[in-house]
Amino acid sequence: MATTAVTGGKPAGSMRRLRATMHRRPGLRVASLLALPMTWMVLVYLTPLALLFVTAFWTTDSFTGLTKRTFSLENFTDILTEPAYYTVVMRTVGIAASVTVLCTLIGVPMAFFMARVASARWQPVLVALVLTPLWASYLVKVYAWRTILAPEGPAESWLGASPGYGLPAVVLTLTYLWLPYMILPIYAGLANMRGSFLEAAADLGSRPWRTFRTVVLPMVWPSIVAGSIFTFSLSLGDYITVQLVGGSSLMLGNAIYQNFSVSLPFAAALATIPVIVMVGYLLAVRRSGALDNL
Amino acid sequence: MTLSRTSRWILGVAMALGLAFVYVPLAIVVVNSFNTSRLFQWPPPGFTTEWWQAAFQNQGVRDALVTSIFVAVLATAIALVLGTLTAMAVSRYQFWGRNTVSLLFVFPIALPGIITGIALNNVFTSFLGGLTFLTLVIGHGTFCVVVVLNNTAARLRRVVGNVEEAAMDLGANRTQTFRDITFPAMRSALFAGGLLAFGLSFDEIIVTTFTAGPGTQTLPLWIFQNLFRPNSAPIVNAVAAFLVLVSIVPVYLAQRLSGDATGGGRI
Amino acid sequence: MHKSRLLKAAALGSAVVLLAACGGSTDSGDSGTTPGGSAYAGPVGEGEGTLNVLAWPGYAEDGSTDPAIDWVTPFEEETGCQVNVKVFATSNEAFTLFQSGQYDVVSASGDASLRLVYGDLVQPVDTSLVPNYADILPDLKDKAWNTVDGVNYGIPHGRGANLLLYPTKQYPTAPDSWADMWEADSPIKGKVVPYNDAIYIADAAVYLMATQPDLGITNPYALDQTQFDAAIALLEQQKPLVAYYWGDLVKQGQDLATGTTAQSQGWQLTANLTNAETADAVGTVKPKEGTTGWSDTWMVKKDTASINCAYKWLDHLASPEVQAEIAEYFGEAPANAKACALTVNTNHCTEFHAEETGYWDDVWYWTTPTEKCLDGRTDVTCVTYDEWVKAWSTLTSA
Repeated sequence: MATTAVTGGKPAGSMRRLRATMHRRPGLRVASLLALPMTWMVLVYLTPLALLFVTAFWTTDSFTGLTKRTFSLENFTDILTEPAYYTVVMRTVGIAASVTVLCTLIGVPMAFFMARVASARWQPVLVALVLTPLWASYLVKVYAWRTILAPEGPAESWLGASPGYGLPAVVLTLTYLWLPYMILPIYAGLANMRGSFLEAAADLGSRPWRTFRTVVLPMVWPSIVAGSIFTFSLSLGDYITVQLVGGSSLMLGNAIYQNFSVSLPFAAALATIPVIVMVGYLLAVRRSGALDNL
Repeated sequence: MTLSRTSRWILGVAMALGLAFVYVPLAIVVVNSFNTSRLFQWPPPGFTTEWWQAAFQNQGVRDALVTSIFVAVLATAIALVLGTLTAMAVSRYQFWGRNTVSLLFVFPIALPGIITGIALNNVFTSFLGGLTFLTLVIGHGTFCVVVVLNNTAARLRRVVGNVEEAAMDLGANRTQTFRDITFPAMRSALFAGGLLAFGLSFDEIIVTTFTAGPGTQTLPLWIFQNLFRPNSAPIVNAVAAFLVLVSIVPVYLAQRLSGDATGGGRI
Repeated sequence: MHKSRLLKAAALGSAVVLLAACGGSTDSGDSGTTPGGSAYAGPVGEGEGTLNVLAWPGYAEDGSTDPAIDWVTPFEEETGCQVNVKVFATSNEAFTLFQSGQYDVVSASGDASLRLVYGDLVQPVDTSLVPNYADILPDLKDKAWNTVDGVNYGIPHGRGANLLLYPTKQYPTAPDSWADMWEADSPIKGKVVPYNDAIYIADAAVYLMATQPDLGITNPYALDQTQFDAAIALLEQQKPLVAYYWGDLVKQGQDLATGTTAQSQGWQLTANLTNAETADAVGTVKPKEGTTGWSDTWMVKKDTASINCAYKWLDHLASPEVQAEIAEYFGEAPANAKACALTVNTNHCTEFHAEETGYWDDVWYWTTPTEKCLDGRTDVTCVTYDEWVKAWSTLTSA
């Protein structure tokens, strides 16, 4: 090691001094590491987000659709006094929540099997099988579900019944789309869990279900929450799936999308709703340690 | 843990059903790509390879594929640089605002894509003179950072800290420690994170819709434009089936090269 | 120290926000200016090398969708103008994209063209510099959606009517009215498929013109608040009948063919494509109440750097050959009368009523609703387009 130290780096004196300083001051090292990423995030992400929020307080010229930069609360009062927006927010959050619950119910047993039952040889194969659909096009997967649920389509001819197009179809399709985002964090959480915990619990006479409830569940909970951030958020903003398999009632994303091209301020005001919902969700789950499990 | 035969059996059935749920729709895409009906009648009235030939000869598809790969590579590069730097900071140092920093990087993927999309679109078109290929790359790079960050930070937290200290105690300087200890340890996590970033960018449609400049057509945009055109819809199915089959390659690579049981299990 | 750095970053962020919030007044925002500027003086000379085209799908095909469908490459070879095509899905999208200033020409439907003119985004077009303009049907020249105060703002491209589509299995004789798509006691509850766009409010107004003359609607795009509210009430009455609002004509046609849905407002193109698959599955009719439709215009960006290429493009797209190709590929009536002799399907122009002037009398082409009523009323103001969109998003949200 010492020899390499001599031949390896030959930092100039000033560099050496800089390094010495850095070594003594971890704060400086953190700052130098974070300077670039933080600048990027502030410039490319936070600023546009803040500007969008500012735009929500502007209005639109009624004819040309160009933005007029005068302060007004009009957009927000419009949204708050229109019951249809309350309905659509409730519907959208309901869909996102249903998708998250379904993904959990389907994902937990799968992840558990992958991590705890499958042999070491099969584990990577199963992970690959779960990962592969992530690479298939989102649009094509939605389209596949449209084919499946179509009248006289596969669902009807094989299962004898199809939910048809509508909200159940939206929930089903979104569940399908985001399932891998739920399975993978749970699998990672379970795979990293020490087997001895479970064995100890079993040795102490716990029945499997009780072991699951008192030992496993609390430990995978952060992973489930981590997965739920994806399934919930991805469903919350979706506006394409509902157009392909939904019925006559659309989602919040559609309202934002429809207004975006005509009245950016109104779209921006609508867009603050999912932001508030998601920020609330993230803050609520931050304590569970889920953010380290993403 | 010693699972009873019954619980193993139940879990096995759940796994099989889950995989069926995942793969039946994909199988239908593949079958439909040979369907003679342009409107995907079910069951298919006949089978043909016409759409596959058309897809391979389609210049639009080829150009879009190249663009998508190009965008995904650049976005992944951005994500790797920013994600690694951030991972090294948050995983090895305790500092004020550390959780906030982690949270900040989660935002672009935790907030719905349409928000990120219109926010970027607004700034790019009103202040920076419009959308280009570059704005698309910037948009993609931003939401891809988190997957690299999470994979790398998890790895650094798990394995590196003590070994690095040991190396430094033995006299290695920071550069050497990074080169000989930190980087090799991170390598597979970087690979897994980079691959996921590539995948995220490659299939992204919503942010792409709002940030792609004129003439920049990625594969999802091409698919979106052609899915609803009866003349092209069958070609789209062939392209999609091709993607499903080809996707086995990156997943296989991830498995082989990452050496991590989770094979890039962190999203 | 990291604390102060973070604070600095935060401060920087908020400073940018404030700057943007305050500095706004100096920047753009002045709207509603009367259209100005003058047309290109000509003559149309050497091309500038590139042309960015914003077009409806099927209007500017360069062979990338189907190698056989290509009228862009011959243009490029002939003029040396390299064409970049961006397609859009709705008029709103077109407007937003064009606002970015990155496109030289656009195929604007009537519900976008006036906004482009009044938004000062396009320039007048000297039609004498476009030789093929001479053969454009007189029926389409100097209309409200392409001409303001006698000044032409573009070259007419083609037109179509929004028709009532129905499954022939279910209707041996064609329905002759929109009534079953609107009335509360409709026998086809849950099987009605309207178009998913704010402009569909005009279809409600067209129906009201015929059924509630008391409202005094004379132009479905010129609705005062009372008339607008009546149209929205009609749409709300329709909602329980609706299966979905269509945005995808493959699904629309397929569902009609299988009889899953019973009536839909849509395009001849959809019927043709569906019938190519299952013969005579979907019928079309223009109901007695009249209907809405579209008439598109190629327009040129105000300060384009590619003015020569732009004019060459306008002329190329107005030529009989290209008009014939597009009309058949897209499924609409060509604007150039000479195109009718060149279509592969010799009946194309008859099927699409290209030259039947009378057919179009009760077809209300998409137009942008403006505050100043388009029907000439001055005692009231009309509901503006952004309110139409807001109302539409409210309707589909509920």
